Amino acid sequence: MAIAHRQRPALGKNLAWRQGWGRFWTAVVVLMGAIALVPLAILLGYVLVRGAQRFDVQVWTALTPAAGQVGGGLGNAIVGSIVMVALATGFSVPLGVAVALYGTEVCRQAWIRAALRLAVNVLNGVPSILLGVFVYGAVVVGLGWGFGAIAGALALSLIMLPTIIRTTDDFCQGFPPEQRLAAYALGATDWEVLTGIVLPAALPAILTGTMLALSRAAGETAPLIFTALGFDFWLRGLSGPAPALSLTIYRFATGFDPNQQNLAWTGALILLLLVLLTQGLARILARLAPPST
Amino acid sequence: MALYGRKIGHRLGVSLLGLAALLVAIVLVALFLTLVVAAWPAIARFGWGLIGAAGWAPNRQVFGLGPALYGTVVSGVLALGLAVPVGVGVALLLTEEFVFLPRSLQGICGFLIDLLAAIPSVVYGLWGIFVLIPALGPLAAWLHGVLGDWVLFATPFLGRGMLPAVLVLALMVLPTIAAIARQSLGSLDRELRVAAMAVGATRWEAVRGVLLPAAGTRILGGVLLALGRALGETMAVTMLIGNVPDRIEASLLAPSSTIASLIANEFAEARGLQVAVLMYGALVLLGLVAGVHGLAEGILQWRSPTGNGRP
Repeated sequence: MAIAHRQRPALGKNLAWRQGWGRFWTAVVVLMGAIALVPLAILLGYVLVRGAQRFDVQVWTALTPAAGQVGGGLGNAIVGSIVMVALATGFSVPLGVAVALYGTEVCRQAWIRAALRLAVNVLNGVPSILLGVFVYGAVVVGLGWGFGAIAGALALSLIMLPTIIRTTDDFCQGFPPEQRLAAYALGATDWEVLTGIVLPAALPAILTGTMLALSRAAGETAPLIFTALGFDFWLRGLSGPAPALSLTIYRFATGFDPNQQNLAWTGALILLLLVLLTQGLARILARLAPPST
Repeated sequence: MALYGRKIGHRLGVSLLGLAALLVAIVLVALFLTLVVAAWPAIARFGWGLIGAAGWAPNRQVFGLGPALYGTVVSGVLALGLAVPVGVGVALLLTEEFVFLPRSLQGICGFLIDLLAAIPSVVYGLWGIFVLIPALGPLAAWLHGVLGDWVLFATPFLGRGMLPAVLVLALMVLPTIAAIARQSLGSLDRELRVAAMAVGATRWEAVRGVLLPAAGTRILGGVLLALGRALGETMAVTMLIGNVPDRIEASLLAPSSTIASLIANEFAEARGLQVAVLMYGALVLLGLVAGVHGLAEGILQWRSPTGNGRP
């Protein structure tokens, strides 16, 4: 490799000086690690301490308070988030798995696979706010469905889709061809190989992808601003403005009411616990089913 | 089941999968078309000029995306400038075999850095408003007092502004850079390091002279992917940057705006031409992000041995 020639170690220099220089950079690297971890510790600490101040039963059962109102909770926002994330999961998991299976198992043309991969990469790169603007333009206004849980869930599912496609795709790429060939040798069709052999084996990978996608979707705010809109009452069906935890945190954090601000911290704590849970589950699932290469 | 029935099942299943794949393509095309159609009134009225124009007074139909575009690029680049050295440092910390950092501890550090990526944007924003901005107050006042003649600190610190947005943005893209740099460094052949050390290189000389250059192109690709994320990052920036879209202010202490924050902040109340202008902004942001991502994919593909372009 040409790189190795470019900078030969300066053997002429004093060894002690070189080792000292190395130690200096080791210290710099450790300092960089500290710079990365200290803000994380401060952030987690603040969310934990300030979030715990209002972490009571009322938070889960009461409606979001108006500015100036005492008490209240995040119940409607939590329910709204759960409904929308669940709907988004229902949309994106079957679709994402189907797309990944098509790309790796069914499609034989290389250019279609390449185009599909590019499309997924592009979708993954589109800023989430633009996905929200798109769903607003196409669904809320375009199809005339109005603001609501459906529009919010569609926006969230677009965010979840690339993650699910990628994790499923990665698994299928590493799936041993012998198992497939054995099934074909027994006379199975493509579809039977897919549903009978590949899909069951891919289940842990799909679940891992779903968990990772869930952890992202649960905290997403930008795409919900113009799709779910936010609401201070309980969800009244799938159409009509819908409340969401992330939207509530945004509104309460940028407002001036101390009660609302305290609830924003509690909401952040709930989101953080959810993220920890889903990330942890994803890690456990990934360890249960290591990609078979 | 009869063979005939199985064949029909096969055809049906396979075409359903094909339909799903087609849907992804349709979504992307629809995304672009929706933005173009919604932005059309603004495109027809202002043309390309809107991108560079400054000024923002929706009630008088005065629009310009220049300041927001400036804020987008400056906040993204500054955040990357802060995050790249730290991210690469973290990656070295996690891949090098340091005596004081056993494997298990490295694993925990890696998990913590990944956690940084999983924290929702709105939580960063909340933290920025109530913890970072108050903490920055004295520092910013000192900077303005001592270096106030310098254009970067020429305005007094008002709280929300470019500086806190850049700092939080840097924190948010840090894990992306660290993860990709870690993968790139980790995927290098062990022989490279062994060979460098065999000719007498110290650890740092091996890292600086051999490992970093060998992983450099892929790290650069990762940095560009992180830039793409930073340009489109919305919530934390909207909550921290102050959302002043009508003028370009070089001072880091002054409030500013980005295209994403402009859309998030004004879209809900926008009417008529303003909606079209915001959609125009969305198109500009899409183009910017697509360009950066294209560059990143190009670099990764160019040097990636598997050729699938994934970091």
